[in-house]
Amino acid sequence: MSKFVTLNGNQTIGEAARQIDPDVIAAYPITPSTAIVETIAKFKADGLISGEFVCPESEHSAMSLCIGAASAGGRVMTATASQGLALMWEMLYIAAGLRLPIVAAIANRSLSAPINIHGDHSDTMGARDSGWIQIYSENCQEAYDNFIQAFRIAEHLDVRTPVLVGLDGFIISHSMEVIQVEDDAEVKKFIGEYKSLYPLLDSKVKMTVGPIDFTDYYFEHKRNQLEGIENAPQVIEEVGKEFGKKFGREYGFFEGYRLDDAELCIVAMSSAAGTCKDAIDELRSEGKRVGLLKPRIFRPFPHQRISEALIKMKAVAVLDRSSSPGAFGAPLFTEIRSALYDYEERPKITNYVYGLGGRDIKIEHFKEVTDDLEKIAETGKVEKVYSYINLRE
Amino acid sequence: MKEEDRLQERPPIEDFLRMDRIPHIWCPGCGIGTVVTSFAEALKKSELDLDKVAILSGIGCTGRVAGYVKLDSIHTTHGRALPVATGLKLANPELKVVVFSGDGDIAGIGGNHFIHAARRNMDILIICVNNFNYAMTGGQVAATTPIDANASTAPYGNFEYPFSLPYLAEASGATYVARWTALHLRRVTKSIQEALGKRGFSFIEVITPCVTLYARRNRLGDGLNLLKYYYEKSEIQHGADTRTLDISYQGKLIVGKFVDKEKPTFLDCMNEHLGKVLGDKYQPYGVYHDGD
Ligand SMILES: Cc1ncc(C[n+]2csc(CCOP(=O)(O)OP(=O)(O)O)c2C)c(N)n1
Ligand code: SF4
Ligand SMILES: [Mg+2]
Repeated sequence: MSKFVTLNGNQTIGEAARQIDPDVIAAYPITPSTAIVETIAKFKADGLISGEFVCPESEHSAMSLCIGAASAGGRVMTATASQGLALMWEMLYIAAGLRLPIVAAIANRSLSAPINIHGDHSDTMGARDSGWIQIYSENCQEAYDNFIQAFRIAEHLDVRTPVLVGLDGFIISHSMEVIQVEDDAEVKKFIGEYKSLYPLLDSKVKMTVGPIDFTDYYFEHKRNQLEGIENAPQVIEEVGKEFGKKFGREYGFFEGYRLDDAELCIVAMSSAAGTCKDAIDELRSEGKRVGLLKPRIFRPFPHQRISEALIKMKAVAVLDRSSSPGAFGAPLFTEIRSALYDYEERPKITNYVYGLGGRDIKIEHFKEVTDDLEKIAETGKVEKVYSYINLRE
Repeated sequence: MKEEDRLQERPPIEDFLRMDRIPHIWCPGCGIGTVVTSFAEALKKSELDLDKVAILSGIGCTGRVAGYVKLDSIHTTHGRALPVATGLKLANPELKVVVFSGDGDIAGIGGNHFIHAARRNMDILIICVNNFNYAMTGGQVAATTPIDANASTAPYGNFEYPFSLPYLAEASGATYVARWTALHLRRVTKSIQEALGKRGFSFIEVITPCVTLYARRNRLGDGLNLLKYYYEKSEIQHGADTRTLDISYQGKLIVGKFVDKEKPTFLDCMNEHLGKVLGDKYQPYGVYHDGD
């Protein structure tokens, strides 16, 4: 029987980890994801987890350890944030390159310098070309649901690619929410058994993992690695539907909120989408035809599905919780703008960076964005392609 | 002195602190502040030109020191104070470079840098506050947590062998190694003063109460209880063999100055070696003389 429990984001990941019970969990503490590790440590100490739990001396070591364990054929997870994910960077590429289905929970946090412990997406956006699948969560329930689905997606034989699940630092990681926790046995059944195709500990086959590969075949192998992430959309869709059938909460590539008859659209990921929904309700009651598109999957980027949803809009505002210095807009914006390029008739589009280092985004800010969108729709002109929300300048 | 006057008087440590950053974040009963006071005392007594002293910290409760002292300072990332300090020292060898950081920072995530800076005999002083856990993040098990001590990631006790930091420092090549507790403040001051006057890799470990996490999670009472423990269980043994300095849970704490020797520093070795190889063509680097 599923039950309703009050948990914060970190605890929901810990709870999901207990239910999944991976073979190896290795993680290093960092704010705001520390409590994931602590919750798991407690479960382990209480005998509620049978897998190994290790506290390595850094995140680089944690990811290296995960790679070793996954190469041996284990189901493996870690959790981190910010500088911790940055320190894993070298090994993220190794995990993806070796097609090891490791799952990581990331309590999204800003990057130094200057030092800041609060939420933004700079950490995972910095890892966007590492080859990992990226899923973002709006609230604790989604973090729980996404984390469970992540194992199915990562371990699918057509995918075999690591997956990271983002939950906004503090805003989700530390916020209590009543969530529906599914029955242990049902979660286990949903996840199924993991069978590694090429476990290093298979004594019959001798194998070297990650050897040298120069100008002769490196390029072909890199190309082949992409297959996993190219196959992912179908699997993500199937798993999201199956999850819905089984547990009543279906997931796709993005969520649309009051989009069907919208002329103006705000695109925002993660926790900001929750606030945006409230703003949209208020704006709708004022008669403004505005909706929200909340991407859930950022890698592989669902460019076609998102462009189809946006193509009929008059104006679109893409809100990014990270910046990409020197690029033509922030990460989510550049993806969407580029996805729309192939359409002859496309909406006007503008980009806002918000919430760096945990700066609040409130209903009034979404209203200001909507005012801008109205103006753009009216004049057909985007005066400023790139601007900031709630910033003193 | 009248009570009123005493309250009016500025504590002398204010000259060393960025008072606009005060109140600090440390918990009541935490030992980090007392180590900072010793450091300030030692600096004062050393009569070093404060414009030529730089301090670096990693991340952690102890790591906040770099932000509080009124000296040129760098608040680096977790574990990386030493390589940054090495860069700073090599770019400006005139500076007295001090790394002030926690046990997790220096011997856990930054352990690799620690052994290599010691191996090279970099001219850097490390003051390491050892509170037996990763305090800043909530008291997780660290590379220094005694066996059986509880931590948030070892709720029923640690079972991994901890480092003995003085042994690690000496084995890696440090030329000055001392260990004290936050109870031995005059000794800490003296050690820091002594090490500030030395060239080479100096390492001072100060065992310090973390009341909020380590003490609470292990039901060891408050700061005073920990100081009592230090009082009862510490034993001064100058020159003790660093192989004998393991710390067991609430066990004996051998403190003192264990190593104090001279050895050419990284720059000495570089200048000598390149001088030998290149002869007159080589201009020694980083050699300063008073009055130049
Ligand atoms: C790469 C990285 N990983 C993890 C952290 C989180 N973190 C901040 S301080 C700290 C531990 C500090 O412990 P210690 O160095 O012993 O200092 P203390 O707080 O005990 O004084 C950790 C794990 C971080 N800032 N950066
Ligand atoms: S948590 Fe521990 S180390 Fe950190 S300030 Fe408090 S008492 Fe000191
Ligand atoms: Mg510590």
